[in-house]
Amino acid sequence: MSGKTLYDKLWDSHLVQQRDDGSALIYIDLQLLHEVTSPQAFEGLRLAGRKPWRVSSSLATPDHNVPTTQKERVDGVNGIEDPVSKIQVTTLDDNCNEFGITEFSMKDIRQGIVHVVGPEQGATLPGMTVVCGDSHTSTHGAFGALAHGIGTSEVEHVLATQCLVQKKSRNMLVRVDGELSPWVSAKDVVLAIIGAIGTAGGTGYAIEFGGTGIQSLSMEGRMTVCNMAIEAGARVGLIAVDDTTIEYVKGRPYAPKGEHWDMAVEAWRDLVSDKDAQFDEVVVLKSEDIKPQVTWGTSPEMVIAIDEAIPRAEDQTDPVKKEGYARAWKYMGLEGKTTLADVTLDRVFIGSCTNSRIEDLRIAAQVVKGRKVASTLKQAIVVPGSGLVKAQAEKEGLHTIFEEAGLEWREPGCSMCLAMNADKLGAGEHCASTSNRNFEGRQGFGGRTHLVSPAMAAAAAIAGHFVDVNEFVKH
Amino acid sequence: MRPFTKHTGLAAPLDLANVDTDMIIPKQFLKSIKRTGFGKNLFDELRYEDEGQPDQECTGRPIRKDFVLNQARYQGASVLLARQNFGCGSSREHAPWALDDYGFRAIIAPSFADIFYNNCFKNGLLPIVLAPEEVDQLFAEVAASEGAEVVVDLEAQTVTSPSGDVFEFLVDTFRKHCLLNGLDDIGLTLQQEDSIHRFEEKRMAAAPWLFLSRGQ
Repeated sequence: MSGKTLYDKLWDSHLVQQRDDGSALIYIDLQLLHEVTSPQAFEGLRLAGRKPWRVSSSLATPDHNVPTTQKERVDGVNGIEDPVSKIQVTTLDDNCNEFGITEFSMKDIRQGIVHVVGPEQGATLPGMTVVCGDSHTSTHGAFGALAHGIGTSEVEHVLATQCLVQKKSRNMLVRVDGELSPWVSAKDVVLAIIGAIGTAGGTGYAIEFGGTGIQSLSMEGRMTVCNMAIEAGARVGLIAVDDTTIEYVKGRPYAPKGEHWDMAVEAWRDLVSDKDAQFDEVVVLKSEDIKPQVTWGTSPEMVIAIDEAIPRAEDQTDPVKKEGYARAWKYMGLEGKTTLADVTLDRVFIGSCTNSRIEDLRIAAQVVKGRKVASTLKQAIVVPGSGLVKAQAEKEGLHTIFEEAGLEWREPGCSMCLAMNADKLGAGEHCASTSNRNFEGRQGFGGRTHLVSPAMAAAAAIAGHFVDVNEFVKH
Repeated sequence: MRPFTKHTGLAAPLDLANVDTDMIIPKQFLKSIKRTGFGKNLFDELRYEDEGQPDQECTGRPIRKDFVLNQARYQGASVLLARQNFGCGSSREHAPWALDDYGFRAIIAPSFADIFYNNCFKNGLLPIVLAPEEVDQLFAEVAASEGAEVVVDLEAQTVTSPSGDVFEFLVDTFRKHCLLNGLDDIGLTLQQEDSIHRFEEKRMAAAPWLFLSRGQ
């Protein structure tokens, strides 16, 4: 019998009951909650007269539609101008109070994007099952945890039963071999992977990311990679536990302490795929081939290296692709353009659950330091992923670097990634964004999103258009 | 979930094919943080002349008098007669939520959209597929006599028309069991409560650090 993959191990250790029809009852260790997908779940509990199975397994924070300007944030939830957003955030506060769930509310320095907050607090731990009513829950797989997004009915199901009815996915290994080039980041790696396998390439699979190119990444970088597993169609992204993982977790507020810590580390050391484990699919990329990436279209798979020409619809043979490319060209307003350097940018957004951690901000600050944002730009904003990321950045003086360069320094939240708050693109505006989705209208009605790494976004903010950050920093 | 066993109620005929979920509950009402309260906006665009807004008081709004649910004789209806492909469109559970909140317990149609059909069972609402000619007969009988009631018996899998004709319908055994006993997914999983507890004890012994309480 062949060995087990990391996914197999996590699955087996959480299997409560296997059913005849192939579905199974899986135990959930941690549920993260935010204001948008939880209200009906709590309402469901109330209507049925149910209580959460285990309140200590939940952690909540508002993120999707919290405002990011100082002006709207000084009074906490009371300062939110949009009444609908305000009700959603207030409701989360009320629900957490009623059911006794720990919440980092708007005035708490620990508030932020759920997928930044969980790991930052040590709430996300290796070997856990983690769910949240948000597809980017795959982020937490960076810790060797089984993590994925769920719907509102399932949020309620987990609250009430601590379990989820699931069918097991197949195993895929995406290996990135070799040392990454300077200024090539985790974001470029994951965009290159999505470009290689497509947005449906991972459908039905749990993807484990491995190889030296992945192992060399920091935890922040690993989270960026797993975050976008869903953009490759896989609900689950995973990375094996190693010293980097354990060092990151150590000493965090909710991480185990003392005797528990030693016990935990011993258990976590096994959270790697066995040497003889069989994967249903293996994809290999060479690090040396990965250059800074930029998306040109309206799907994350519509991505090219900065020095490549934008692919044209007429050159496509697959009719579905041809039609998709033509539609994307039109929506993105690319007519007459050859490369992405030809696109004049209107806005730059550095933030989101993909790229708003301290490492992301450090890199962006390094690029813009002593430079000025292009005069053609309408706006460039930096939105830290949590209050603690913001505090750390300010301690390091990063906010001053950004502000002196002409970028706005904001309060933590999801912000322009999905434009549920006031931060959004106008119709036809091009944005260099460190977020995860470039769908039509995602960042605002008619808005045109180009997904990039923080370094590439920072360089683009200065140049006013896309440039190879590797070349840019030499000048 | 509320069980469904046998229901006798006033039937309202909605003589329109391909009723989609946007018609059942328009998008602006999805901003609600609740699963309840959608009843006043059920079929909002068919029912009112103006464009409805979330949290708007609906009693004073101009109504479309010809719409079936605005007619005096159908007030208090709890069985909806519909045409083919009812509930097509999005997967929003707000659609069955709205029908349920309005007071409907069962929907009878020649066919349903798949996702909507599924969502109904999750919300204690019974969707019944009858042959087109049987549905035609029900439409005719209900139109002919004011206050006509139909009887839906899930145990027997029958619908009895106002004139006493009995039509049989099919329903998945498992779904029938859930609905008869008022078991939703959560209810079903909770039947495994002992297994979950046993698993939890085992896990607590192996990984006690996962079970520490969190302070605020």
